[in-house]
Amino acid sequence: MNFAVSLAAEDPISEHQGLIISLFSVFVVATLVITVWAGRQTKDAADFYAGGRQFTGFQNGLAVSGDYMSAASFLGIAGAIALFGYDGFLYSIGFLVAWLVALLLVAEPLRNSGRYTMGDVLAYRMRQRPVRTAAGTSTIVVSIFYLLAQMAGAGVLVSLLLGITSDAGKIGIVALVGVLMIVYVTIGGMKGTTWVQMVKAVLLMSGALLLTFLVLLEFDFNVSDLLGTAADQSGKGTAFLEPGLRYGATETSKLDFLSLGIALILGTAGLPHILIRFYTVPTAKAARKSVIWAIGLIGSFYLMTLALGFGAAAIISQEEITESNAAGNTAAPLLALHLGGVDSNWGAILLATISAVAFATILAVVAGLTLASSSSFAHDIYANVIKKGQASEKQEVSAARWATVAIGAVSIGLGALARDLNVAGLVALAFAVAASANLPTILYSLFWKRFTTQGALWSIYGGLVTSVGLVLFSPVVSGKATSMFPDVDFHWFPLENPGLISIPVGFLMGIIGTYLSKEEPDAGKYAELEVRSLTGTGAH
Amino acid sequence: MQESAEFGELRRSYRSFAFPLTIAFVAWYLLYVLLSNYAGDFMGTEVVGNINVALVLGLAQFLTTFLIAWWYARIAAAKFDPKADAIKSKMEGGA
Repeated sequence: MNFAVSLAAEDPISEHQGLIISLFSVFVVATLVITVWAGRQTKDAADFYAGGRQFTGFQNGLAVSGDYMSAASFLGIAGAIALFGYDGFLYSIGFLVAWLVALLLVAEPLRNSGRYTMGDVLAYRMRQRPVRTAAGTSTIVVSIFYLLAQMAGAGVLVSLLLGITSDAGKIGIVALVGVLMIVYVTIGGMKGTTWVQMVKAVLLMSGALLLTFLVLLEFDFNVSDLLGTAADQSGKGTAFLEPGLRYGATETSKLDFLSLGIALILGTAGLPHILIRFYTVPTAKAARKSVIWAIGLIGSFYLMTLALGFGAAAIISQEEITESNAAGNTAAPLLALHLGGVDSNWGAILLATISAVAFATILAVVAGLTLASSSSFAHDIYANVIKKGQASEKQEVSAARWATVAIGAVSIGLGALARDLNVAGLVALAFAVAASANLPTILYSLFWKRFTTQGALWSIYGGLVTSVGLVLFSPVVSGKATSMFPDVDFHWFPLENPGLISIPVGFLMGIIGTYLSKEEPDAGKYAELEVRSLTGTGAH
Repeated sequence: MQESAEFGELRRSYRSFAFPLTIAFVAWYLLYVLLSNYAGDFMGTEVVGNINVALVLGLAQFLTTFLIAWWYARIAAAKFDPKADAIKSKMEGGA
C-alpha cells in the first residue's frame, strides 16, 4: 500500500492540511481537558474500572456506540459501499443484528453477576485462577488484534490526511495516537474514557447526519435516483446494487462471506471492550437501556452509511476514490469535499470537519480497547491469579495503570510494524476470536448448569488456538498480493475468516471438556449465579 | 431460592422468550446471508425504480432488529422486572 504516489500537489486533501490539523488539535485539547477533569474524580477501583457506575442508560448507550463505531465502520463501510456497492452494506447489517445477542442474552446477566471484567462472570462458579488466566489471556489477545487494526488504520488515515508519507512520519503518528490513548486511560480511567466516547459519538453522528442530508439534498430526496446514478457512475450497472460484486466470484469466496457473517453476528457479544461498558451503569435495567439506545444509534448510523457510500459512488468517480486510497478508506472525506464544492472554502471546512471526526473515532476506540485489556490484566491476572486476591484496591489500580502503559507501548511497537498491513483482516480476526473463545464460555457459564471449569478452559483455549491458528495459515497472512507477507506462501486454509470452523469448535470444546471432566460442577454456586444474574440480588 | 416456584417462573418466562427469539433472528439473518450468496437473481429483482429485493431485505433486517429490541424492552419491563424485583426484595429483606 503506497499512498505517497497518489498524493499529487493538487490533491484536494493536501491543500487543506492547516485546517485539518487545527480541528484535530481542538478535539485533542478538549478531550484532554475532559480526561483531567475525570481523573480528579477517579479515586477507587470502581471509579477506574467502571466510572463509579454512575452513568445513565442513555449516556452509556451513547458511549457504547462510540466504542463500537470504529474508523472501520465509518470510513471502511462507506468506502466498501462506494467501491463494491451492495456487498459493502452487508457488513453494516451483521454489525447491527449482532447487538440482539448482547441485548437478549448477555448484557443484563453480565451486569448483575460481574464487577469489572468479563472474567468476573466466568470465574463466579469455576475455579478462579485457571479460568481468570484464560479469560485474561483471551481478552488481551482479542483487544490487541483490534487495537493493532485501529493503530495501523490511524497511521494510514492520518498520514494520508496530513500528507505525511515518510516511514518516520507514519511511525510518529502511530506513536502520537498511542501516547494520547495511554494518557486518556491512565489519567481518566473509565470515567474519562466514557466521556471521550460520548463526545466522539455525538460528533460522528452529527457528521454522518450532515453528509447524509447533503447527499439526499443533491438528489432531491429521491433514493431511487441516487441508487441509479451510483450504479451508472460505478460502471458496473445494476450489478452494483446486487450482492456478489465482492464475495460472489467463487464458491470459496461465498463460503468466506458466510464465515464473516457468522463471526460478525456472534463476535460483538464477546468483545471485551464492549462487555465492560455494561459495568458503568448502576443496574441491569440501565444496562438494557444502554443496549436499546446503542441499537437505535448504531442502526441509524449504519443506515446513513448507505447514503454516504452510494452518494460517494454517485458523486465522485471510481478513479478518484481508488487513487486516493485503494481500499476506499477516504471516500467519506472526499464526499465531504465534493458536497461542499471542490474549490470552495465550504468544501475545505467540511472536509476538515469529517477528517477530524474520523480521527476522534480512532482515538476513542483505541482508548476503550486499552482500558479493557489493562483492566483484565490488573483485575483477573494480577489481583486474582498472581496476588491470589490479596492485592489492595490501590495496588490493583496502580497495576492497571502500569498495564496501560505496557499495552500502549506494545501496540505502538506492533502498530508501527503493522502500518502497511491489511487492516480489515485484523478487525475480522478480532470478531472471530471473540466469537470463538469468549461467547461460548459466557453463554455456558450463565445458562448451563452442568458446565465445568475444564469445559470453560477447553472452550476458551480451543476457540482461541483454532481461530488464531487458522488465520495464521490463511490468505490474510501469506500467499496473496494483499497478504501481510505477500512474498511467502505457507497458507493452506482457503478462507480469510476462520469463524465458520473456529466458532463451532469453541462451542463444541466447551461441551466435550465438560462431559470429560472428573469434577462435579458446583451446584450451590450455580444456583447463586442464576438467581443473581436474573434478579440482581447481591449485585455490585 | 433458586429452587423456589417463584424463581422457576421467572426463569421459565425469560428463557421461553429469549431463547426461541434468538434462534429466530439468527435463522432470519442466516437466511438473508445465504440468499445474498446463492440467490443473486432473486435478490436483483427490482421492486420500485432502482430499489431491488436485496435492498428491501437488507432494510428489513434493520427493521426487525429495531422491532425485536423494542419488543424485548417492553416484555422485560412488563413481565420480568416485577418478578425479579419481588424476589430481590424478598431475599435482601429476609436474608
